[in-house]
Amino acid sequence: MKIIVSIKQVPDTSGKVAVNPDGTLNRASMQTITNPDDMNALEAALKMKDATGCKVIVVTMGPPPAAGMLREALAMGADEAILVSAREFGGSDTYATSQILAAAVNRIGVESDDIVMCGRQAIDGDTAQVGPQMAEKLHLPQITYAAEITKDGNTVTVKRMLEDGYMTIKTQTPCLITCIKELNEPRYMSVGGVFEAYSKPLTTFGYEDLKDDPLIDATTIGLKGSPTNIFKSFTPPQKGAGMMLEGADKATCEQLAGILAKKHII
Amino acid sequence: MDFHLTNEQLMLRKMYRDFAENEVKPLAEEVDETEEFPMETVKKMAKLGMMGIYFPKEYGGAGGDVLSYAMCVEELAKVCGTTAVIVSAHTSLCCAPIFENGTEEQKRKYLPDLLSGKKIGAFGLTEPNAGTDASGQQTTAVLEGDHYVLNGSKCFITNGNVADTFVVFAMTDKSKGNHGISAFIVEKDFPGFSTGKHEKKMGIRGSSTCDLIFEDCIVPKENLLGKEGKGFKIAMQTLDGGRIGIASQALGLGEGAVNEAVKYTQERVQFGRRLSQFQNTQFQLADMHCRMQAAQYLVYAAAMKKQNHEPYSMDASMAKLFAAEAASDVTRRAVQLFGGYGYTREYPVERMMRDAKITEIYEGTSEVQRMVIASNLGVK
Repeated sequence: MKIIVSIKQVPDTSGKVAVNPDGTLNRASMQTITNPDDMNALEAALKMKDATGCKVIVVTMGPPPAAGMLREALAMGADEAILVSAREFGGSDTYATSQILAAAVNRIGVESDDIVMCGRQAIDGDTAQVGPQMAEKLHLPQITYAAEITKDGNTVTVKRMLEDGYMTIKTQTPCLITCIKELNEPRYMSVGGVFEAYSKPLTTFGYEDLKDDPLIDATTIGLKGSPTNIFKSFTPPQKGAGMMLEGADKATCEQLAGILAKKHII
Repeated sequence: MDFHLTNEQLMLRKMYRDFAENEVKPLAEEVDETEEFPMETVKKMAKLGMMGIYFPKEYGGAGGDVLSYAMCVEELAKVCGTTAVIVSAHTSLCCAPIFENGTEEQKRKYLPDLLSGKKIGAFGLTEPNAGTDASGQQTTAVLEGDHYVLNGSKCFITNGNVADTFVVFAMTDKSKGNHGISAFIVEKDFPGFSTGKHEKKMGIRGSSTCDLIFEDCIVPKENLLGKEGKGFKIAMQTLDGGRIGIASQALGLGEGAVNEAVKYTQERVQFGRRLSQFQNTQFQLADMHCRMQAAQYLVYAAAMKKQNHEPYSMDASMAKLFAAEAASDVTRRAVQLFGGYGYTREYPVERMMRDAKITEIYEGTSEVQRMVIASNLGVK
C-alpha cells in the first residue's frame, strides 16, 4: 500500500503579493509555504503510515525551488518525493495542471490498495479543482472535503464536511481524497527527520518523462495551452473599518434601514 | 571561516522557529507568572528529537550536530528563556558527560531514555560553599563493597525537581584536592537521595531549580562516571560544552528582545511620529542588532569547533561572556525603548531582561569566563 500526496508551494499570503506583467503570480519573488490544506493531506497520509507502515510519496508541480518544500515533507516523514518541473508546464491552469499531475501519478503507478490525497484547495487560486480533475483523469473514485478518514482493508470511509452538515461515504481503493483543515493537526518536521531528508529519494519528472502519457496533450498544457486566461490581476483596495450598530430594538433596526436606504441598498 | 549553514541547519531553524512561535511563545508569560515547569512542552520537544539533537542515532539521539543544537536553544530563547535552559541543561550537562565519559554499558543504559526525552537530566556540581570555586566540594562518596555512599548536598540545580538522571560530583579522596573529586550517575530513586524546595528566582522562573540532598545515598559502583579522581576534569569539560548552550540562550534572549523592539517601535506613536522614525531609536536598534550578530558569530564558531573536535574551551568562554553581557545590555535597552509599557508584564521585554541576567552568572560567571580566556592567552 502507498499513499501519493499531491502538494503545492504557495505564496505566503501574510507577505506582499507580486504579479507578473502577464497577470500570473511572480512566485520567485515571494516567500512561500506549503499550501495549508495539503499539509492536512500529508498529515493524514503520515498517520496511516504510522499505523500501517505504508509508503508515502509526495508529488508537486512547480519550479525547481519547490524541491525545498518536498524536502520538508520528507523531513516530516514522507518516504519519497517527485518534483514535476519543466518549462513546458509553466503557467498551467487547473485543467492543464491536473493533466500533468495525473500523468505523474500514472508514472508512479496506482495499485489496488493505494490512495491519492490532495488538499481541498490552494490558497493562491482557491479553485478546489485540481484534486477532482485528477480523479476524473485517473478514473478514480473521489471523495472531497474529508474531515475524517478510516481505512479497513480496501474500504475507505470518509466523513465529508459540507456547509450544512456531514456526509459519510464509503468507497474502495484506489481512490482520491481531498482534505480539509478539520481533518488533523499537521506535525512538525522532526530533528531526526531533517537529517534523513536529504538522503531520501527526490526524483524530477520533466517534460520528456511525461510527454508520452496518453493524458498529456502538448496543446493543452502550459500557459499557452491552458483554457483559463487571466484578464487582469490587482490587489483589492483596503476596505474601511465598517460601521457597527448594537442593539435588537426597533430604533436600531430603523437606524440600520435608514443607512441602507440612504446608500440605495434597499 | 565558513558561516554558511547547511540545508539541514536552515531547515531545522525553520522547524525550531515554527515550534517556538506556535508551541512555546503562547505559554511563556504563564510559565513565568506561575513558575510552573512546562512539562507538556518538554514532551512535545522530546517527540521531535529536540532533547538529544547532536548525539548518534545508535544511542537514541537525532544524529545532528552541535550547531543545530545551539540553534535550537537560540530559537527557543527568543520566545522563552525557561524552555531554552531546560534543553540546554539536559543536553549539555547530563547527556553530554555520559556520552563523552560513560562506559558502553552506561551509555546503553542511560542515553536512550535521556536522548529520546523520556527522562530528563540534570547536573549536580554547585554546593553552598562551592560555587565559582567548584574545587571546594564537600559532598563525599565512600566506596563500601559494591557501592558508594554519598553524603552532602548540592544547590541551584537546574531541572533538579523534574530530572530522573543526575550527573553528580563528590569527593572520593579529600587529601587529593581537585584530583580527589569523582563523578557519578545518580537516579532519582536511589535510596538516600532527595530534592529540596523550588528556588524562587528573578528570571527563568518556570525552570526547576532546587537542592539535591544525599543522606547515605547508595550509588552502585558501576555508576562511577569516568575514573575515580577524574571528576573535576569531567566537570570542567562538561561546563565548556554547557557554555555553548547558555551562550545560545543569551543569544536568543537578546535577539528576541531586538525583534520585539523593532515591532513595537514601528507601532508606538509619540509626538506624532512612530518611535522608529526617531534617530535615537534607529541608532539604538542598530547597536542592539550589531551586538547580537557579533554574539551569534562567536556562539556559532564555538559550536562548530566543538563539532569538529577542535579545542574550543576559550571559544565557548568568549561566546558565553560576550553573548551574556550583550543579552543583558540589549534586553535592558529594549525595556527602555518600550518605556513605561516595557516595565509592565504586559510586554515580554521585562521578562527577557530578567531572564538574561542569569546568563552572566550560571555555568561560570562572566568573571570566570574572563579567567578562562586570560589563562588561554597565557596571562598570569
